[in-house]
Amino acid sequence: MTINFEIPEFIQQQTQMIKWVAESTMRTVARDLDEREHERPTAFVETMWPIVRDQQASALAKLHGTTTEPTEKRERPSTRVLGLMLLIEMLSWGDAGIYLCLPNPSLAGAAIESVGTTEQKMRLLQRFAEGDKPVWGGMAITEPGAGSDNSSMSTTAVFNEETNEWVLNGEKIFITNGKLALEESNGLVIVWATVNKAAGRAGIKSFVVEAGTPGVSIGKVEIKHGIRASDTVSIVFNDARIPADNILGSAEVQASKESKGFQGAMATFDASRPLVAASALGIGRASIEFVKEKLAEHGVTIPYNLPYHKLTAIQRDVLEMEAQWQAVYLLTLRAVVMIDQKQPNSLEASMCKAKAGKAITFITQKAVELLGPMGYTREWLVEKWMRDGKINGIYEGTDQINTLIVARRILGYSRHELA
Amino acid sequence: MVSFTPTDDQQLLVETINRYALNDLRKHAHDADESGATPANVIQAGWQMGLVPSAIPEELGGLGELSAVTGVLAAEALAFGDLSATLEIMTPALVAYPVALYGTAEQRESLLPLFLEEKAPRVSAALLEPGVFFDPHNLQATISEDGLLNGVKAYVPLAEGASHLLVYASSAHNEQIEAYIVPGDAPGVVIEKRELLMGIKALPTYRVRFNDVRVDAAARLGGAVGIDYQRLLDRMNVALAALAVGVARASFEYARDYAKQRVQFGKPIAQNQAIAFMLAEMAIDIDSARLMTWEAAVKLDAGQDATRESYLARQFADQMVLKACDHGVQILGGYGFIREYPAERWLRNGRGFPSFTGLAMV
Ligand SMILES: Cc1cc2nc3c(=O)[nH]c(=O)nc-3n(C[C@H](O)[C@H](O)[C@H](O)COP(=O)(O)OP(=O)(O)OC[C@H]3O[C@@H](n4cnc5c(N)ncnc54)[C@H](O)[C@@H]3O)c2cc1C
Repeated sequence: MTINFEIPEFIQQQTQMIKWVAESTMRTVARDLDEREHERPTAFVETMWPIVRDQQASALAKLHGTTTEPTEKRERPSTRVLGLMLLIEMLSWGDAGIYLCLPNPSLAGAAIESVGTTEQKMRLLQRFAEGDKPVWGGMAITEPGAGSDNSSMSTTAVFNEETNEWVLNGEKIFITNGKLALEESNGLVIVWATVNKAAGRAGIKSFVVEAGTPGVSIGKVEIKHGIRASDTVSIVFNDARIPADNILGSAEVQASKESKGFQGAMATFDASRPLVAASALGIGRASIEFVKEKLAEHGVTIPYNLPYHKLTAIQRDVLEMEAQWQAVYLLTLRAVVMIDQKQPNSLEASMCKAKAGKAITFITQKAVELLGPMGYTREWLVEKWMRDGKINGIYEGTDQINTLIVARRILGYSRHELA
Repeated sequence: MVSFTPTDDQQLLVETINRYALNDLRKHAHDADESGATPANVIQAGWQMGLVPSAIPEELGGLGELSAVTGVLAAEALAFGDLSATLEIMTPALVAYPVALYGTAEQRESLLPLFLEEKAPRVSAALLEPGVFFDPHNLQATISEDGLLNGVKAYVPLAEGASHLLVYASSAHNEQIEAYIVPGDAPGVVIEKRELLMGIKALPTYRVRFNDVRVDAAARLGGAVGIDYQRLLDRMNVALAALAVGVARASFEYARDYAKQRVQFGKPIAQNQAIAFMLAEMAIDIDSARLMTWEAAVKLDAGQDATRESYLARQFADQMVLKACDHGVQILGGYGFIREYPAERWLRNGRGFPSFTGLAMV
């Protein structure tokens, strides 16, 4: 082993191909879709669906070959999540809102893959691996009364022995891809609900809700500050009936206070937070590149060897933007490589996410400022990147929540000791 | 392939340094700061870890392992112990590395064996200049067409009694920065009295005047080819960034442990978000700076252009270390202000980083 930052050649090539997708199907419509909220990025979806579908198909084919839960140890360390990070970075460079419309299992896939049985994986993920019509997945945790404190959720799941079904009641809000998954495709959403409110965290379980499930409806379609191309809706469960084997993990309410099921949910954050940071990086890079390009047109270039007093205020700002970006890039790189190497990365995942949220806000808000009156116009994309960037400090744990997690980890505190 | 794991040799070296940093450097840091000197045997023990000697080329008896990555790992670990002593231990590198990298055959053969001795050679380098607007690319010290060196240098570590000084100056001849190897006792070299600084007080630094000091062509580092000055600045930036990480980590770990045991309002102060969040931010930015430093060092070792990465790492680390050390004092409250505790020393040392150009090199 030796310290090394070189991205494998094949991932670099993949990233270059994705750049073409970003330029031809994202940048071209980024402004229009921002202005006409709730319209879908058709060209992007059509371009990406066959690629994503075929990848999913080959992943499932591998699964068919195995009889037990996959425990095989590969010789070479995987680069899967590293590739994903750079893919998301580049797609978000194209457009972060459109990137979120990528037709794929998304967070639902991550949950099914990490907690689902082989049977569940085959049955539930097959839809993402076949057909001409794109399919979406989503993850529903947030409720009106349960945001950062998602353990206080009140959506209920009650088992009906007669019909052998789970019956869900409640409302989930701010669900990314909810409408695409449940109304506009044959997709699915993972819904978190409590089977025993008195049991607290131990009572919280996750359920796979498939399109067409009776008693499930899309409520409010949100109108947003940024990532307007992304689908954000509330989902209402009114005696929604879910097959018994659509529960992920065990139905038992463990005696111990810390439920494995809830911890499982939190563990998917370790995988998803670095990917949110990756999206922030894409927006940040787009902003920095654009600012430097515009400044260069006015004869302002960025030096990397001058003392502080010789730098103009603008140069100082841009250098700070670049340094902050680099910090997030490296923290994120570390967090994803740890996933690929199967190392626990909760601390590192929250570190990169917390830093990403703050850095992207700083970078994009600066970009608007530095470009003066033009930066503020909707003729250019910087003002949109500022609006898009802001979400990265809010979802998948706000900046404060991720900072809190980092703090607990470095101090060795439980959530009771540091609330 | 992306990896964050140092080689086995590097890990071993860091473990050794960690022990030395805690048992020796940290132990003496307070008294050294107050008295203005680190005990000679402590410095000697640091020198004997062999960082500089191993960087000397093999054909001259070293190990030929001049690695920026090894350098930054060592720098952070040492600075975690004490910055003054680290700078003192690493001062010979300010001459050894530029000579190893750019020296002519004669310069290498005559100077580099000095660095293989049991005791560190007394040599130093003079880059920084007094004044508010120091610019390493626009040095006021000059070398005239006929080989006369004139100017004033500041923050020259261990200058008194130095056998050789590596002096950076603007050349009247080609308008570039050149480096000259000047005997410490050459006529016209005036070592003024020791400087008084806010921090790094155990490191003796001097202002040095050069009044019509005659230097011949053979003293020009790199001969006719000269040096890659920007590359040397890159190496300095990376080294300083790594040292800043070490100092910041010292402040962070001390404050973290203190905050967990200091009880106010019936619970440890670390159980308040206002304190815990300061610590979390310190941890995140320390890791960021370290990774930026590593990235720049890897580029240096790979022979790639590293100017941007080194500069950004240094810029980030300069700000980061100040904030980390300031938080360190704040978290200790009144005790942070008392010299018996290390936090205020780290703040004084940490504040200096933007001004330390030329004081360290990997
Ligand atoms: C566009 C968009 C898409 C989303 N997509 C999804 C999705 O797909 N699935 C899903 O389940 N959710 C989704 N969310 C929801 C998102 O995860 C939540 O909004 C987020 O977790 C914050 O919850 P909240 O909005 O209730 O804010 P609150 O939890 O009420 O937080 C308000 C403020 O208080 C701070 N705060 C809260 N608790 C603490 C604490 N203990 N210490 C310090 N500060 C604290 C927060 O940081 C924040 O600043 C999405 C949200 C948006 C806007």
